[in-house]
Amino acid sequence: MDSVILKTAIRFLFPLLLLSSVFLFLRGHNEPGGGFVGGLVASGAIALYAMAHHVAAARRVLRVSPRVLIGSGLLLSLSCGVAPLLFGRPFLTGLWMKVATKGLGEIHLGTPLLFDLGVYCVVTGVSLVFVFSLLEE
Amino acid sequence: MMFQSGTLPFLWVSAILIAAAVAPVVNRVFGSRGGWGLALIPVGVVASMLNLWPSVVDMQEVSASVDWVPALNLTVSLRLDGLSLLFGLLITGIGALILIYAAGYLNGDERLGRLWMLLLLFMAAMLGLVLADNLLTLFIFWELTSITSYLLIGFNSDKPESRASALQALLVTGGGGLALLPGLLLLGLAGGSFELSSLLDNAEAIRQHPFYVPMLVLILAGAFTKSAQFPFHFWLPNAMAAPTPISAYLHSATMVKAGVYLIARLQPILGGTTEWFWMIAPVGTITMLLGAWLALRAADLKQILAYATISVLGSLTMLLGIGTEATMSAALAVLVAHALYKGGLFMVAGAVDHAVHQRDIRKLGGLRSAMPVTFAAACLAGLSMSGMLPTFGFIAKETWYEAVGGWAGVSFLTASVLSNVCLVVAVGLVCLKPFFGRGTEATLAAHESGPAMWGPPMMLGVTGFVLGLMPTGISELLSAASHWVVGHAVPVKLALWHGVNVTLGLSLLTLAGGMTMYWQRHRLERWFIGLDVLTQFGPAQMYHRLLTAVNDFARGLTAILQNGYLRFYLLTMVGLTVFSVWMALGSELLSHLKPVSLDFRVHEILLTGLILLASVVAVRARTWLLAVGAMGVVGYSVAGIFVLFGAPDLAMTQFVIETLTVVLFVLAFCRLPDFRRLSSVQTRVRDAVIAVVAGGTITALLLFAMTVRSDHPISDYYSAHSVADAHGRNLVNVILVDFRALDTLGEITVLSIAAIGVYSLLKLRAPKRTDSSDDAAMDSLPAAARRSEGM
Repeated sequence: MDSVILKTAIRFLFPLLLLSSVFLFLRGHNEPGGGFVGGLVASGAIALYAMAHHVAAARRVLRVSPRVLIGSGLLLSLSCGVAPLLFGRPFLTGLWMKVATKGLGEIHLGTPLLFDLGVYCVVTGVSLVFVFSLLEE
Repeated sequence: MMFQSGTLPFLWVSAILIAAAVAPVVNRVFGSRGGWGLALIPVGVVASMLNLWPSVVDMQEVSASVDWVPALNLTVSLRLDGLSLLFGLLITGIGALILIYAAGYLNGDERLGRLWMLLLLFMAAMLGLVLADNLLTLFIFWELTSITSYLLIGFNSDKPESRASALQALLVTGGGGLALLPGLLLLGLAGGSFELSSLLDNAEAIRQHPFYVPMLVLILAGAFTKSAQFPFHFWLPNAMAAPTPISAYLHSATMVKAGVYLIARLQPILGGTTEWFWMIAPVGTITMLLGAWLALRAADLKQILAYATISVLGSLTMLLGIGTEATMSAALAVLVAHALYKGGLFMVAGAVDHAVHQRDIRKLGGLRSAMPVTFAAACLAGLSMSGMLPTFGFIAKETWYEAVGGWAGVSFLTASVLSNVCLVVAVGLVCLKPFFGRGTEATLAAHESGPAMWGPPMMLGVTGFVLGLMPTGISELLSAASHWVVGHAVPVKLALWHGVNVTLGLSLLTLAGGMTMYWQRHRLERWFIGLDVLTQFGPAQMYHRLLTAVNDFARGLTAILQNGYLRFYLLTMVGLTVFSVWMALGSELLSHLKPVSLDFRVHEILLTGLILLASVVAVRARTWLLAVGAMGVVGYSVAGIFVLFGAPDLAMTQFVIETLTVVLFVLAFCRLPDFRRLSSVQTRVRDAVIAVVAGGTITALLLFAMTVRSDHPISDYYSAHSVADAHGRNLVNVILVDFRALDTLGEITVLSIAAIGVYSLLKLRAPKRTDSSDDAAMDSLPAAARRSEGM
């Protein structure tokens, strides 16, 4: 699709969409959002980019192949399940720790966040496999 | 807690798994030299196990367990006792040598990293199997060995016969695994525990249990398929399609012994009955004789060795089936001797194959001068296999004959001597025939390969000799292992010289008979050819017939169920759903339907109206774009309803999904021909009826769900525990990543599989037939572009 309007729009939309995707992902645990919807927004942004420019350009922006995203996402989520086993806890038990930061106060970090990151990667990878395969047909 | 001795079994398995993960990188960075480094991991495990030797010999055990699903009493528990120490040392020790040997065998091949990875994965599975204390843990590792061996046997995946052999091995051993699982479950239920160590205390009750016989049959089906016992022996020789390092590892030292291990492990729980004897000992004896006879018939170096392995596996089964203290200790001694010499002989066969690209013994000869070190290694292993003094093979055979001795065991003893005579001939075929005599065309270019290829078989051969000369240490280990097979302490005293007695006479008879037969083997050949007719009716033929029948059945069923028309699939799915809902809940649904109060707010009515309008537009649309757009409006409006009823998460996801769906539809539809009405009025009426009925059913179901809601919705539990347990205020997300994370894990796995499906449908199609040159030119351009970009 060779459209000047789309290309111009994407120039502004692309970083905004990616930022909001990260924002959605990070606030997910306490406010509406999360890995699933964050990943969808990210793949939507890249899909639009791929439509405006070319798939090759979109692949360059993405840097890693969608299939690598799927694989590493699955592996990350799975390892979050396995990690508690090493501490003698059941599979997929959330492990948490508190980190005190300046400005943000006390932050809770835990394996569910990484698990969600895995979901994020898988969702992004899967939808991009769909989009790229169709666009390259 | 990480480094207490209790967690050592877990550390061993995970260390090997980590080595497997880094193996491809090692190959990329260090090339084949990396094999020496990778071998350090199993060597470290060996050292760590030897460190525990004194306490294990002292009948202490090291156990560790982790709760897997506490709610179901599922645990992953590992335990090191005498038996698992014996097997563990063989698995990791020989495994380390195999890693080095593989590096020499596939020197410079880019697939070496994959081979290392698979070998290490297999090693971890096998080690887990022999360490497992929980029946289900044992089963999981058992199946893992089947799967990894499938990948290993089919390593040369570009060859059809390699793939067929791998599939055959998987179907036979996997089928056995399917029988094993209910067998183990019955055992666990009958014994009241899934821990092997606690089952030992209930052995008497288990043997008296009404399900004893079915349990035994199912478990033995698993053990016999894995250990290639008659009539399941046919997959093992076919598995020789794998590269030699794999054959040497899987078919000598480890996987095929898993079945023997299982029988030995369960002997104190299930053994000692007449059923046990009659189900196991005859099968073992038949396998032993059949394997020995078939070994003489083969002409391929690896085939001869494979059949000889079947024979030895049969004798191990026979010895365990007879089930006296003496035969069980003898079985363990034979097992160790066999692992050492057969591993070595396979590596020798591989070295010959690697040097001259020929494994047919009729085309080999005179390799002695060209490959002196390999010949020496072959001799060391061959001496042990034929049972000559002063090797460990001799000791093992003496113990074996002595254990079976007496008038009661006379038939077993005769069969044992007969099979061993054949094995001596097999030694001649493998260790003498290729190395003596005149050279052939194939052997002209023969040369010695590097130390990575002759070192490992040499080491195994030398170990066989050292154990023969100094059997004290191994006696200690065997007696500790026998303790766990027999159920009480058994003193095992192995010695090289027993004095002149009947067993020595039988040993001499075996050797003399084998040598005479080897000398006169040309005369035997005519006799053999006559017997070949029998193989037409063998189990291998049965397997092929069964496989063809299953495939035909599946093809017929597929033609009915998946006829390629999407509308037919949709009709079936929707129809079945509606039908089953009404069948299951019909009367209840109708009795609970009550008129709903009609106090709607204006914007709700507006949204619903929009949805209805958009769906009518979608149905009546005359262009793709309009239809897709109308569907998008429906989706967005539904998301709007989510917003109104307080489900922002759902709404957000719905919005994004809707956007992406529209994008995907546009991408897919722009390739379709122009919008045309292809359906008749009749079919459209049919579809409308189905749609109304399906929609009505779902509506009724939803209304029903509203009326039968219980007093305590599950969401109360979630909202009470969300912040406390999962540190999150967003319930939806907490459910996704914490409370029901296992579901999410399953879902993303399904998503990934769907992506693989879409990718392979769109990208990995076979190139189109080129009917005209124009088409070919059109096709080749994007295809080439695709390939260069990669995915």
